[in-house]
Amino acid sequence: MTRTLYDKLVDAHKVCDLSDGDMLIYVDFHIMNEYTSPQAFSGLETKGLKVRRPEAHLAVVDHVNATRSVEAPDAQSKLLIDNLESNCRKHNIAFYGLGDPRQGIEHIVVPEQGLASPGMLIACGDSHTTTYGAFGALGFGIGTSEVEHVLATQTLRYRRMKTMRVTIDGDVTPGVTAKDIIMKVVQVIGAGGANGFAVEFAGSAIRNLEMAGRMTVCNMAVELGARAALIAADKVTQNALSGHAHSGLFEYLSETWETDPGAAFDQDITIAGGDIEPLITWGTSPDQSVPITGTVPSTKSFVSPKAKAGLERALTYMGLSAGQPIQSITIDTAFIGSCTNSRIEDLRQAADVLRGRKIATGIKAIVVPGSAMTRMKAESEGLREIFEAAGFQWRPEAGCSMCLAMNDDVALDGERVASSTNRNFEGRQGRGARTHLMSPAMVAAAAVAGRLVDVRDFV
Amino acid sequence: MRKTIKGIAAPLPLANVDTDVIMPKRFLRTITREGLAAGTFADLRFYNDNSLRQDFVLNQEPWKAANILVVGDNFGCGSSREHAVWGLRQMGIEAIIGTSFAGIFFDNARKNGLALPIITSEKRDLLLKLSRNGKIFSVSVENKIVDIDGQEVHFMMDDATQTALLEGRDDTLDSLKKSEAIDAFENSLSLKEKVSVIK
Repeated sequence: MTRTLYDKLVDAHKVCDLSDGDMLIYVDFHIMNEYTSPQAFSGLETKGLKVRRPEAHLAVVDHVNATRSVEAPDAQSKLLIDNLESNCRKHNIAFYGLGDPRQGIEHIVVPEQGLASPGMLIACGDSHTTTYGAFGALGFGIGTSEVEHVLATQTLRYRRMKTMRVTIDGDVTPGVTAKDIIMKVVQVIGAGGANGFAVEFAGSAIRNLEMAGRMTVCNMAVELGARAALIAADKVTQNALSGHAHSGLFEYLSETWETDPGAAFDQDITIAGGDIEPLITWGTSPDQSVPITGTVPSTKSFVSPKAKAGLERALTYMGLSAGQPIQSITIDTAFIGSCTNSRIEDLRQAADVLRGRKIATGIKAIVVPGSAMTRMKAESEGLREIFEAAGFQWRPEAGCSMCLAMNDDVALDGERVASSTNRNFEGRQGRGARTHLMSPAMVAAAAVAGRLVDVRDFV
Repeated sequence: MRKTIKGIAAPLPLANVDTDVIMPKRFLRTITREGLAAGTFADLRFYNDNSLRQDFVLNQEPWKAANILVVGDNFGCGSSREHAVWGLRQMGIEAIIGTSFAGIFFDNARKNGLALPIITSEKRDLLLKLSRNGKIFSVSVENKIVDIDGQEVHFMMDDATQTALLEGRDDTLDSLKKSEAIDAFENSLSLKEKVSVIK
């Protein structure tokens, strides 16, 4: 019987069926951060439970910490950071805190440490855990009650998702990145279009991506509602597994981590790679995007009154008018960072645009490398000089920073941000802040032009 | 939770209401589950100076007293933060009726006794209309029916979720009863299939 990669992963981790239709699945590896885990640890405390396999967990500080140079964290951040550290010490769990050379954004740190590998099941109290699908691993985000459940049982209650395959065939054109590919998928399928599905990405445009690009694609699959994203493990994956701290320590070889030929999916979607252009979001949902060469959509293009109302609300919030050319939109801030786009490859792409150029007058531009290791590597390659010469702030600490503005990098009411991040929700980067999502190279180009601009005019 | 949830239902027809909107990040800097009622929908409920926004339905009569919401598609998308569900419950919301919910939000709701009846968009539009008229809704989790003045609307809810809501069980303690099965699974793994993180 032929099976999809998703079904193989679920089957390989199934512990037992439960009487109500759910199953228990085994979690090989669990990652925690400082803001979605405190109540899980206190839950254990209240119930008198212990951590079943302390060595199968990793805790990283990333969401609340400042990324600029500060003497000490503010009181509230300190509370969360200290709480995580003491919980880890108490339960004998690995903790990569501030100052640790391995610290950084959890989804950047894990692959860097060689902790993601084909065939694994990885859970984390963070929605962007879909990232690990890039390795042919089943990764998904969980809530805090489930964090407690994993700590105590090393399992989760689970129900099998439906399967969707998104095939992107054909080469993408120059200037089109992995970010544009996933933004196109989100645009086509819609923000909730994959709710209840595990999505496998296939096709030559995906196969041709290196691991960094594959991670960007799987990372943002959650923005279409996918509960898991997957890319079959291949030579590119295998090559990425060596040379890290944990390389060679884990292997899940009992299966070929790819979909069997002929296995059926509940839904199949095809997108032509050659049709994808560099994309920009204009609205307040990640599926509200248009090509950089386009215009802000008009209400005429929306038939239902509800869609029309949604569009009008988004335009009001974003301070845009229907029909306005995208490239006429001026920006206040440029932000390069986040678990979607702060890897070394992303920084190189942005630096290629900035080399020998300066950002426009009055623009605030920030780059936050995804981890301490990424920052060191970028500095050794001379990228820091390029960013700083262009006028970017090169942040000395790693973290999520302005992606979700849980630290002090909060955009002001009405501030317009060109952002390499994953969510353009109302208030995401600060109350009233206006976010435009795009690739890191496009953020760099926007910083130089002072407005949204086509990166293809810069290379 | 109660088997039947009865009360005022507030219409919130916006699509893609995300967990950043349900619980803005400034309320997440906490290590407890408590004190989140004030944060729920804070940017929609309050102006920057903390005065009430009269344009938000939950600040208006009769919906100030709502314990049920009728919502747009893909409610609860975005971040995994369970704080969104804790806040909704602390605000007194017991059921949210909609066409589709984001996966993590759905699971978080179930863990916290928040019922999420799923209906078609036609039925949702009908319920939106009835909620705008301030009707009393009665949501039976047991029978999977919303009753409004004798008008019955059937909803969908998977068996495991229905059982979890009706029993109100603690999943962690419940799953620990399966320790033998977990032991057996773990023992079947080779050494190389067991993660051990370097400290």
